[in-house]
Amino acid sequence: MSALLRETSREPRERTSARIQVGRAGTRPTTAQLLRFQEDHACAQDAVLATVDAGTPGRLGCVLESRSSARDKTEYLRNPGTGRKLAEGEEGRILARITPGAQVLVAVGDGLSPAAVEAQVPVLLPALLGCLRKEGFESIAGPVFVHLARVGVLDALGEILRPEVGILLVGERPGLATALSLSAYLGYRPGPGRSDADRNVLSNIHEGGIQPLQAAAMVARWAASMRRQASSGVGFRPDAG
Amino acid sequence: MLQTRMRGRSWNFGSLYEVMAKANAPKSGDRLAGICAQSAQERIAARQVLSEIPVSRFLEEPAVPAERDEVTRAIQAGIEPIAWAEIRGWSVGELRERILAANGPTLLRWGKGLPSEAIAAVAKLMSNLDLVSASAKIAVDVRCRTRLGGSGILSSRLQPNHPTDDLAGILASLDEGLSYACGDAVVGINPADDSVGAVRRTADAVSEHVHDVLGVPTQVSVLAHATTQMEVLRQGGRLDLVFQSLAGTEDACRSFGISGQLLSEARACQKELRPELGQVMYFETGQGSELSAGAHHGIDQLTLESRCHGLARIHDPFLVNTVVGFIGPEYLADGREVARAGLEDHFMGKLHGLPMGVDVCHTNHMDADQNDLESLAVLLAAAGCTFFMGVPMGDDVMLNYQTTSFHDLATLRETLGRRTAPAFEAWMEREGILRDGLLTESAGDARFFSAGRRRSA
Repeated sequence: MSALLRETSREPRERTSARIQVGRAGTRPTTAQLLRFQEDHACAQDAVLATVDAGTPGRLGCVLESRSSARDKTEYLRNPGTGRKLAEGEEGRILARITPGAQVLVAVGDGLSPAAVEAQVPVLLPALLGCLRKEGFESIAGPVFVHLARVGVLDALGEILRPEVGILLVGERPGLATALSLSAYLGYRPGPGRSDADRNVLSNIHEGGIQPLQAAAMVARWAASMRRQASSGVGFRPDAG
Repeated sequence: MLQTRMRGRSWNFGSLYEVMAKANAPKSGDRLAGICAQSAQERIAARQVLSEIPVSRFLEEPAVPAERDEVTRAIQAGIEPIAWAEIRGWSVGELRERILAANGPTLLRWGKGLPSEAIAAVAKLMSNLDLVSASAKIAVDVRCRTRLGGSGILSSRLQPNHPTDDLAGILASLDEGLSYACGDAVVGINPADDSVGAVRRTADAVSEHVHDVLGVPTQVSVLAHATTQMEVLRQGGRLDLVFQSLAGTEDACRSFGISGQLLSEARACQKELRPELGQVMYFETGQGSELSAGAHHGIDQLTLESRCHGLARIHDPFLVNTVVGFIGPEYLADGREVARAGLEDHFMGKLHGLPMGVDVCHTNHMDADQNDLESLAVLLAAAGCTFFMGVPMGDDVMLNYQTTSFHDLATLRETLGRRTAPAFEAWMEREGILRDGLLTESAGDARFFSAGRRRSA
């Protein structure tokens, strides 16, 4: 058996962020690769526990800052249901600022990576609003920011604001390659009783994945298709127009 | 009566499934559902009660009534009556002892007669080493394009995911995995874009590379929703297996957009298109998905996982794996809970007669690391686990979680004396990657399968 194989040619590695051509020591990774992996894991663990600074949502272009019913990060992690509901009193605050019944609702949530929101939303959000208008959306509700948000909070917002299409941009669980990846979840007529099967997702929005500008165009196109097809989720065919 | 006395104190339980939930090893998902034991002593009291319950009771009293749940009906349809008659009179405690004393063929026969809830019940009474010992005796053999399973074989799913489904990127990881002799169970890609067009593009390109160019004796799967894969197949796309995630209640299945009928249609579709294949289904399960979908009906996550296996059983899969540790700390809080769940799921799958693999994994928002994962992989390999995932350095850059690596698979095979599936091993020997089941000097270098090789093909 070969004792040691160092990292080899760089060329295939340019095609993917996956850890390939890394060599081996016996059957195990080399010391440099082992430590690089542990460094990336440490960054991801720390990213989960970060919080979105006060004032950030306004800077990102959100017209309203709301929060889920989770009291803190620990409750948010151990009891995801708290992140799907809005905190008490939020309904009144939201209705005081936003008129229900828009064609599309745009929301932003920190999710599991506040850093992803700060990295992608400054480019993605203005582009998305522009693309939605180009796709023919005339009334756009939001953008609303939700602290300690899970995907299901889209239904809580949908119940109050009753949009035709709901869009939630939310920080993904950090991976090792990046802690900056964002997802866009879309649902037709989000509200109580909806589940994962009723939503569609565009994930991996980050520098090494789907570019924010490209994502903005795709999300807007999907939103328009959902409106035309009057459906989303498992029955939705994004390619069908 | 669901009661017992322990050290002078009496313990009473209101229902069979209260006993089941409280007898479970501690898991954050059962705590979240508010159904777990309130103290360590209550947990053991529940186990004492459970040990005396006759196995027959689980068929009379399924976790969810048959008239309102098609998963229950699938479990009941899968029970082999002669084996059931042999087992039904035993208590759960007696079943544990008989399982630990029996040989593999006997366990496979009994398993066919057991309702999923009874299999969950006995798992609750078993220690970690009990689970390893019993599982290690059960060898499940399956065939799709190639044969898989059998004792002494540790297979792998090569999982060359890419964040944007870039084909060159997928093939780069794929070749790297092959150079570590990974991929004898399946080359399975999770698509970032799950539209029919994108899934077909990946399926066709990977099939061409794996089957036509390299001729690797394995299967290809792209893990989109079953409805999408059926559309790809109808359009002439190339997939060997039809994949679908399962849940343990009808309501949770609905939240996944599936039903028993859809699974039957998917299987029939592929069997008709590809009559030369043996088994054609590939399922994933994992504790906690029913609670996550709000469709657990107050039943504990171990019992619901077992019910997924009962649903899988009637659709005769080529591969099943639990994805233990993927959905987060609200279901399995840390490395210890993940290890327990991985051993339970694997045992229950094997007793159902399934070719059970495990995605031994963790996410970055739970209290676990690569050492927890490696320890569990050793335990499961010792337990005869059918397959693990093989991902570059264990870091999946599309799904954003950590699982077993190409290196881990090679290490586990070497350390525990396991081999890849026979046809795959023969191919790897011809290619010069394996010799006597071990990596050669050439292994670990994907250039081996790159440009020159493709030109010569």
